[in-house]
Amino acid sequence: MAQAQQPTQQQQRKIAAPPINSETQAFWDAAGQGKLLYKKCAGCGEPHFYPRPHCPFCFSDQVEWQEASGRGAIYTYSVMRRAPVPYAIAYVTLAEGPTMMTNIVDCDLNSIKIGQAVRLVFKPSEGGPPVPMFTPA
Amino acid sequence: MSIKGKAYIVGIYEHPTRLATDKTVPQLHAESAKGALEDAGLTKNDIDGYFCAAGDMAGLGQLSMTDYLGLKTRHIDSTDVGGSSYLLQVGHAAEAIALGKCSIALITLAGRPRAEGMATGTQPRAPERPMPESGFELPYAPATANMYAMAAMRHMHQYGTTSEQMAWVKVAASHHAQHNPHAMLRDVVTVEEVVNSPMIADPLHRLDCCVISDGGGAIIMTTPEIAKSLKRPLVKVIGSGEAPKHQMGGKVDLTYSGAVWSGPLAFEEAGVKPSDIKYASIYDSFTITVLMQLEDLGFCEKGQGGRFVSDGNLIAGVGKLPFNTDGGGLCNNHPSNRGGLTKVLEAVRQLRGEAHPAVQVKNCDIALAHGTGGSLGTRHAAATVIMERE
Repeated sequence: MAQAQQPTQQQQRKIAAPPINSETQAFWDAAGQGKLLYKKCAGCGEPHFYPRPHCPFCFSDQVEWQEASGRGAIYTYSVMRRAPVPYAIAYVTLAEGPTMMTNIVDCDLNSIKIGQAVRLVFKPSEGGPPVPMFTPA
Repeated sequence: MSIKGKAYIVGIYEHPTRLATDKTVPQLHAESAKGALEDAGLTKNDIDGYFCAAGDMAGLGQLSMTDYLGLKTRHIDSTDVGGSSYLLQVGHAAEAIALGKCSIALITLAGRPRAEGMATGTQPRAPERPMPESGFELPYAPATANMYAMAAMRHMHQYGTTSEQMAWVKVAASHHAQHNPHAMLRDVVTVEEVVNSPMIADPLHRLDCCVISDGGGAIIMTTPEIAKSLKRPLVKVIGSGEAPKHQMGGKVDLTYSGAVWSGPLAFEEAGVKPSDIKYASIYDSFTITVLMQLEDLGFCEKGQGGRFVSDGNLIAGVGKLPFNTDGGGLCNNHPSNRGGLTKVLEAVRQLRGEAHPAVQVKNCDIALAHGTGGSLGTRHAAATVIMERE
């Protein structure tokens, strides 16, 4: 960016707890154990995210939970400056294929780049399970 | 079966308020409806189809407004996909009129986010009840600005688009707004002022963002027969298209919008090409929104939007494609945080020859209005309407 930015070493932002339902309980239970899950369709073979009980590609209900490796690359991002604590929202493309919304954390927010390799971390939410986020690998 | 030429826009009204501390939302709807009826030369009891986006009011808003206005209708539509809702509704009203399901349709918009102190673009908003995606988005604090910003960031990365190019969209809007006495921001700005304004969400600066304003507007549509019995210039809808775009199960691609689908539908129905369009109203929630939609509608090659909008190409009397000659959402208003309806209004003014003389496009016979409702960064509905002066 052309202009000077305020210091953006990672500070702690309050993270809203994710709403959980019967479709997503397994995902958040796994998150509590430090695992990131996605769904893969046994019918057409396509992985998808966010996970749902029906494949959004072929509509099969034969979809299975898979554990992601936690490796990925930043597809795009933006640092929100107009917030009590600046934060980086991003889409990260997982090594397994699907792209998911997330935050990039534990780094200088001004150093984030598209294409950058990232790895999975979990951050506590306010009264909910830990939430999957990413940090430079 | 086509809507081409089967419905006319005979009444329009843009509420002049930009800060409505002393008015309610239903009152703004009603005042807008009254203005459009007077413009058309019709009365309230002529209306037999009412279109009111569900999100403009709490609860069953369309129904409450039907009661509040005292309407007796035979066609009900509460289509709501965010800011482009009113563009879809123009298409839906044309369909209903073409099929004889109603003969005089009213579309209203109203809202007062400014009076209510809403931080529209920067405050993450949780829905009243969780949506299927909520658990996978809300923890990351998606607001409006950072969602569009992610689309801009990717566009810059992939196509080499620059902040200076995006700034030209705002510069063009400001050149037009100086002539609009109702516009919220009437000062002409420069590219330098845009790129030096405070960063909101990288790479979008404050002046890349539309205004937060109160207000409203209304549209009256009718059959060819009734339109020809009225005294206003004849403006007919000749094509419309609508399309949703979303995260596609994780195959996320933020470099294009649903305009790639809604545009061709509308152009094909109208039987015209982008080069036939004399004036375009393009939803300008942010500068990047305009740039991407122009590419996706086929006004330039994909990835060349930055070059296309530069050097005043969108300024009336200067460039090849005059856009948002009322100042648009970037400078004029963005009532209810929804810019779709005002896009139709300025297109109709241009076709009637009733735009401000400083920005009136000469021989404006075919115009386009297009918008994106929802978010470029997650889910949105694109809608395109093409209109012709008879």
